[in-house]
Amino acid sequence: MLDIQNLQVCVADKPIIKGLSLQVPAGEVHAIMGPNGAGKSTLSYTLAGRNGYEVSGGSATLNGEDLLALDASARAARGVFLSFQYPLEIPGVPALTFVRTAMNAQRKARGEPEISAPDFLKRARAVAASLKMDMNMLKRGLNVGFSGGEKKRMEIFQMAMLEPRLLILDETDSGLDIDALKIVSEGVNALRAPDRAMLVITHYQRLLDYIRPDRVHVLAAGRIVASGGPELAQQLEREGYEKYETAA
Amino acid sequence: MADIDTIQTVEALAGDKYVHGFVTDIEQEFAAKGLNTDVIRFISAKKNEPDWMLQWRLDAYERWLVMDEPDWAKVSYPRIDYQDLYYYAAPKQKDGPKSLDEVDPELLDTYKKLGIPLREQEVLAGVQGAPRYAVDAVFDSVSVVTTFKAELAKVGVIFCPLSEAVRDYPDLVRQYLGSVVPVSDNYFACLNSAVFSEGSFVYVPPGVRCPMELSTYFRINALNTGQFERTLIIADKGSYVSYLEGCTAPMRDENQLHAAVVELIVLDDAEIKYSTVQNWYPGDADGKGGIYNFVTKRADCRGDRSKVSWTQVETGSAITWKYPSCVLRGADSMGEFYSIAITNGRQQADTGTKMIHLGAGSTSRIIAKGISAGRSSSTYRGLVSVHPKARGARNFTQCDSLLIGKTCAAHTVPYIEARNASAQLEHEATTTRLSEDQLFYVMQRGLSQEEAVQLLVNGFVKDVLQELPMEFAVEAQKLVAVSLEGSVG
Ligand SMILES: Nc1ncnc2c1ncn2[C@@H]1O[C@H](COP(=O)(O)OP(=O)(O)OP(=O)(O)O)[C@@H](O)[C@H]1O
Ligand SMILES: [Mg+2]
Repeated sequence: MLDIQNLQVCVADKPIIKGLSLQVPAGEVHAIMGPNGAGKSTLSYTLAGRNGYEVSGGSATLNGEDLLALDASARAARGVFLSFQYPLEIPGVPALTFVRTAMNAQRKARGEPEISAPDFLKRARAVAASLKMDMNMLKRGLNVGFSGGEKKRMEIFQMAMLEPRLLILDETDSGLDIDALKIVSEGVNALRAPDRAMLVITHYQRLLDYIRPDRVHVLAAGRIVASGGPELAQQLEREGYEKYETAA
Repeated sequence: MADIDTIQTVEALAGDKYVHGFVTDIEQEFAAKGLNTDVIRFISAKKNEPDWMLQWRLDAYERWLVMDEPDWAKVSYPRIDYQDLYYYAAPKQKDGPKSLDEVDPELLDTYKKLGIPLREQEVLAGVQGAPRYAVDAVFDSVSVVTTFKAELAKVGVIFCPLSEAVRDYPDLVRQYLGSVVPVSDNYFACLNSAVFSEGSFVYVPPGVRCPMELSTYFRINALNTGQFERTLIIADKGSYVSYLEGCTAPMRDENQLHAAVVELIVLDDAEIKYSTVQNWYPGDADGKGGIYNFVTKRADCRGDRSKVSWTQVETGSAITWKYPSCVLRGADSMGEFYSIAITNGRQQADTGTKMIHLGAGSTSRIIAKGISAGRSSSTYRGLVSVHPKARGARNFTQCDSLLIGKTCAAHTVPYIEARNASAQLEHEATTTRLSEDQLFYVMQRGLSQEEAVQLLVNGFVKDVLQELPMEFAVEAQKLVAVSLEGSVG
C-alpha cells in the first residue's frame, strides 16, 4: 500500500530525511518512534505534500501511484490524512462547515456526488458521539480556543469523518489525558480496515498498548535504523535511543 | 431559464475576474464637456427642476470653486482635470420612461446581464427565482425605472428617483436635503451638490415597517463621465427600512469619477439598515483604469432611540475614499458600522467611519475587516468622538486586517476623542498574514489552494457578511472570492 524507497528530503536546503525506506502493507498499523528532531514530522509533512519540503531523491507511492507528483489537496482526495502534531486554528469556520467543505472537495476531485446536508449531519452526530464530543464544539470556529487535547480529538473527528486510506498520526497522544487517550485510541482502532494503512508517530509506549502496531520502526537522524515487532517499543521505553543515535 | 442564467453567471465568475465590465452600446446624450454654470443649468433643466434647486446647485458651485481637494487620505492618484469630464450622460429617450415597455431593450438587456430584477410580475410570480426587492435602476445620470412604486405607495412609502422627488415632494426634499451633509461639507460633497445627477429618495412614514427591501443599482456606462449619485432616506418616527446599494461599471482604461453623497435621517424609534455592495471596476492588475470612488455617507440619528446600521462590502474601485458616519444626536441612539474592504492588484482603499456621540446613552459598534492582496493598500480610518453631553456613551471598535502575500499594506488610523468621563470606549485591532501553515492545513483536508484561501477569507469576514440581508449575502460572498482570485501562489 504505502511504499517509500530511499527518500531524501531537504528543508530550507538542509537535508533532514536521508535515504528512508519503509513499506506499510494494506491493513497494517506501523509505529514510528525516534528522538526529537529525528525527522518524524518532516516525513509526515512530506507524505502530505507540504510546500518547502523538497524531495531530492527517492520515491513514495500509495497503491502504486506516485504521491510526490501530486499537490496536497490531490493527495487528500486519494486518501492521505495527516493528524497534525500541532493542529491549526481556523477562525470563523465552524468544524462542521470545515469538514463538510473538505469532504465535498474530496468527493468532487474523485468525481463523486456531494453528501447531502442531512446525511452529513447524521454521520457527524454519530462520530461525535463515539468520540464523546459535544456537538456545540463542532459549531465553534475550528480549534479556536480549544485546549491541546481538544484539538487532537478534533483531528480524529475529522479523520473518522473523511474516511482516509493512509492515516498518519503525528503524536496524537501528546496532550491527551488518560481518558481521552482511551477514547481517541478506540476511535482510531475503529478505523482499522483491510484497505487502510496507518503510520502512528509517538514517543510513548503507552499509546501502543491501545493501538497495537504490527511493526515498530526507529527513525533517527533521517533514517529507519531499526524495525521490529511491538516488543521493540518496550525495549525503547527501557533503554532510550542512545545506541541508535551513535549508530546514526 | 434563470437557473441556467445563474449557473452561467457563477461559471463566468470563476473564469474571469470582473464580469460586469461590458459596455452597453446605446445612443446617449451628454452635457457639454467640462464644468461651469451653463452645464449646471443644463443638468437642472434636463431634470425639470424648480428654481430653488437650481439656485442651490449654483450656490454649491460657487463654494466649490474656492475649495481645495483633500490630500490627507492614504491614496495617491494623478490630479483630476475637472474640465475634462462630462457631468451628465443619459440614454436618449422621450421624457423619462413611463413603463418598462418603453425602456430601450438594450438597457433592459443590460440589467438582465447584471442580474437585476426589473420586471415586477416576474419577481412577484417568483419567476427566475428572482429575490423580491424593489429596485431603482440608475444608468449614468438618470433613473431607468423604479419597481414596486405603486405597491410601496399603498403603505405610504415613497421610493423614487431623487429628481422626481424634487418635483413631486419638494417640501420633504427642501426640509432634508443637505441637512446631514451640508453643501460645503467637503470638496467632493460640494462638487456633488452642484452637479448631482441621480440617486434615490425614500420616505417611510411614521410607524411603517417597509414591506420589502429597497435597492438602488448604479451603473456607470458612458466614457469620461462622472457619476454623481445623491441619495436621501428619511425614516420617520417608529419606522423601519432596509436599503441596499449596488454598483458596477465597464472595464475602461480611463479612470472614472464617482462622487456620491448619501444622507440618512432617522427620527424617534426609527431604524435604517443601509447596505452597500460596491463592485465598481477596480482597474487592471497594473493599475490602469478603474473608478475613483469619493463618497460622503452620513446618517443623522436625530430621534431618541433611533438606529442606523451601515454594512458595506467594498471590493471594487481603483480608489475608495469613503467614511459612512453616524451623528448620534438622539438620546440612546445607536450607530453600527460593519465593513469588509478588499483590495487587490493596485487598488487603494482609505475607508472607515465616524461615530459622533452627542446624545446621552448613545452607543456605537464598529467591526471593520480589511483584506489586502497583490500590491494594494488598505487603510482603516475611524473617528469615535464623545461630546460633553453624551453621558454614558459607549463604543466598541474592532478592526482586523488580513494580508495576503508580501507586497500589500494595511494601516489602521483610529482617532478617539472622549470629552465625557462616563464614556466607555473599547478598541481592538489585529493584523494577520494569511499563513502558509493554515493554507497547508486546509489543503491537506482536500481543498485546492483557491478554495483554501476562500475558506479562510470567508471565516475572516463572517461577522460582517452575516449583517447583510439574506438576498445579498450569498452574492457578496461570491464577490469576495472572485476579488481575491489568483492572489496566492
Ligand atoms: N523550516 C525548517 N528550517 C530548518 N530546519 C528545519 C525546518 N523544519 C524542521 N527543521 C529541522 O528538521 C529536523 C527534523 O524536524 P522534525 O520536526 O521532523 O522532527 P521530529 O522528529 O518530528 O521531532 P519531535 O519529536 O520533536 O516532534 C529538526 O532538526 C528541525 O530543526
Ligand atoms: Mg514532530
